[in-house]
Amino acid sequence: MNPNDTPDSLIEGHAEQTVIDEATRVRRAGHSRRSFLFKLSLLANGAVGAVMAVPIIGYLLGPASKKVSAEESWVNLGSVANFPEGETRLATFRNPVTTEWDGQTGDVPCWVRRTSGTTFQVFAINCAHLGCPVRWFSESKLFLCPCHGGAYYEDGARASGPPERGLFEYEHKLSGDSLMISAGSMPTLAAGASTPLPLTQITSGTQSSAVLMPKPRCASCQD
Amino acid sequence: MPGLKQAGKSVYEWFEDRLGLGKPVMDALVHDVPESTASWWYVFGSAATVLLVLQVMTGILLGLVYSPSAGHAWSSLEFLDHSIKLGWFLRALHGWGSDFMIAIVLIHMAQVFLFGAYKFPRELTWIIGVFCLLLTLGMAFTGQVLRFDQDSYWGLAIGASILSRVPLIGGSLVKLMLGGPIIAGPTLTRFFALHVFIIPGLLIAMVAVHLWMVLRLGINEWPMPGRLVSKTTYTRDYQKLTKDTGIPFVPDAAWKDAIFAAAIMLAVMACAFFFGPFGPTGQPDPTIIQTAPKPDFAFLWIYAVLAYLPPSMETPVLFIAPVLGIGAMLLLPLFSPQGEKHWSRRPIAVLMVAVIAVVLGIFTHLGTYTPWSPIMDAWTSDPIPIGYLHNRTPLERQGALVLQNKQCRNCHSIGGSGGLRGPALDGIAIRMTEDQIIRQVLQGGGNMPAYGNALNPSETVALVRFLSTLGSKNEASAIDASRDMVKAAPASPASPGAH
Repeated sequence: MNPNDTPDSLIEGHAEQTVIDEATRVRRAGHSRRSFLFKLSLLANGAVGAVMAVPIIGYLLGPASKKVSAEESWVNLGSVANFPEGETRLATFRNPVTTEWDGQTGDVPCWVRRTSGTTFQVFAINCAHLGCPVRWFSESKLFLCPCHGGAYYEDGARASGPPERGLFEYEHKLSGDSLMISAGSMPTLAAGASTPLPLTQITSGTQSSAVLMPKPRCASCQD
Repeated sequence: MPGLKQAGKSVYEWFEDRLGLGKPVMDALVHDVPESTASWWYVFGSAATVLLVLQVMTGILLGLVYSPSAGHAWSSLEFLDHSIKLGWFLRALHGWGSDFMIAIVLIHMAQVFLFGAYKFPRELTWIIGVFCLLLTLGMAFTGQVLRFDQDSYWGLAIGASILSRVPLIGGSLVKLMLGGPIIAGPTLTRFFALHVFIIPGLLIAMVAVHLWMVLRLGINEWPMPGRLVSKTTYTRDYQKLTKDTGIPFVPDAAWKDAIFAAAIMLAVMACAFFFGPFGPTGQPDPTIIQTAPKPDFAFLWIYAVLAYLPPSMETPVLFIAPVLGIGAMLLLPLFSPQGEKHWSRRPIAVLMVAVIAVVLGIFTHLGTYTPWSPIMDAWTSDPIPIGYLHNRTPLERQGALVLQNKQCRNCHSIGGSGGLRGPALDGIAIRMTEDQIIRQVLQGGGNMPAYGNALNPSETVALVRFLSTLGSKNEASAIDASRDMVKAAPASPASPGAH
């Protein structure tokens, strides 16, 4: 190897290196710029997505955010003459909140007990256990549930079976000759409304357990 | 003919040049699998996939007619059953296909569990599989809702009542589920969206990922006792096994899958043809309360468990048990990714499958005849056996009338008919004295309401007299032993203190 060649080859190599570096530098700069722009576009899409998510989530949660008071209203169950004293009868009403395509599902039944003159109790049809329709048996003075065998006394107090409380009651009032109840949403054991009753079976206990039921109003079961 | 064949080949190649899907698909079909996996035990996964395809197809066909409107859904089902040619058969195929799919998915899961297939490197395949099971059950529940009849309506009421027990947000969850304050139009449409778009979309995606992983990681080899899974050696060993004993999946292994899938399809069609579609039962009219709602077969066991849970335990169990159960299934492969695969060396695994199967079987069986439910019309439909009225005094016969009129039969059977909620009353006099019967009737106890308010004294006396005659010729009636002792020692001076 000629020592004189060395600088030449070095210079040549160096020049080549410089050319490559120039092209690479330009490409790298372009890549860096484009990947920054890509990240920026991701960010932009994230922001657009977040903005879009607001109405979508709002739409989805719409039914849950409605206030109970907006759904509850006074419903006429008909003349008090339809409910003889000392008897418990099935009444039905059209739910105050319905859509045109609800069909029969918009009709809601309830049990009306007229103890005397103007004293009423209006029970929800839904068992306090899991919501099945309870049936009244006047001879044994019991409400019985067909699903899991929950039983309630005539005043709605829990008698036996899996329910942890008595029947749900609607708030009611007399308006002239008509019996009105405050209804609108399905009665359930929603937060705080479950009040375990003493599991006594003693007859005399039924009266007191009815008194123990905290707020005898279905609406209080919601929220 | 050779010209036609040539033309066909060139058409295929025209598409293949542009699509490029033929070769990878063909490679996947004929890829080598260990010979031991060509087994009749390995056919359940593919059968479940074929059933999913059946469900999608029949579902789309039903969607041509079904009307997802609360006011019309039930009538559109009746229309399908009676006015559309073979509509009943399509409904039956979809319904039976659903039951078969749940059964096959569960069998597939048990098989995969017993064969240790969830271990390394197939942990994620198992986890995805658990989601497939949950989505399949989700399809079954939402499908039951779309069959918008009495069972569906009250099934929704049960679902809403369960959700309402969630602490703090229960009320909001109920409205979210129902789409409004009551079970109505918006409830059906959201379950329609779940059943037709959301859950099937997720399920198909999950099945695709599940299948992709089976292709990528290979079918689990037939386990051998003592051949332990180790993360360091498994992949190498599996590749060697495939190399040494490999056979092409199609056709050498796949013919068994195909035969089994065909047999299952035939079974679905036979069930659909001979047993017909499920329901619809009565109209979804909540004012018709003469109904005894019941969920579909797959959920009967839950229905039974809900009847037996004590009230105080119900809410905690409802929300903690599913979390634990599903959590355990999901975490299983992460906790035991290595070690023994063979069932003969995993007694606890075998025991678990056996116990779970027996428990589910028993609760499902109980769910079919619901012994905890009163039989609402037993008091008017089941007579007192004539033998129980022979040689009875008028008062005792009056008691038989009281028994009937006071609806005791709804919960207690006599002569083999009546409710099963309380004990049968045949031979009650052998077990209880008259005093005990009086106390039980008036005050209730155990699972019996108190009848003190529903019976006047004369009715009570008549009823108890009648019940006291329900003994047996061969067994002595129950007597109060203390009464004899008191009678025998009337003069004892210590008696006041002894009481």
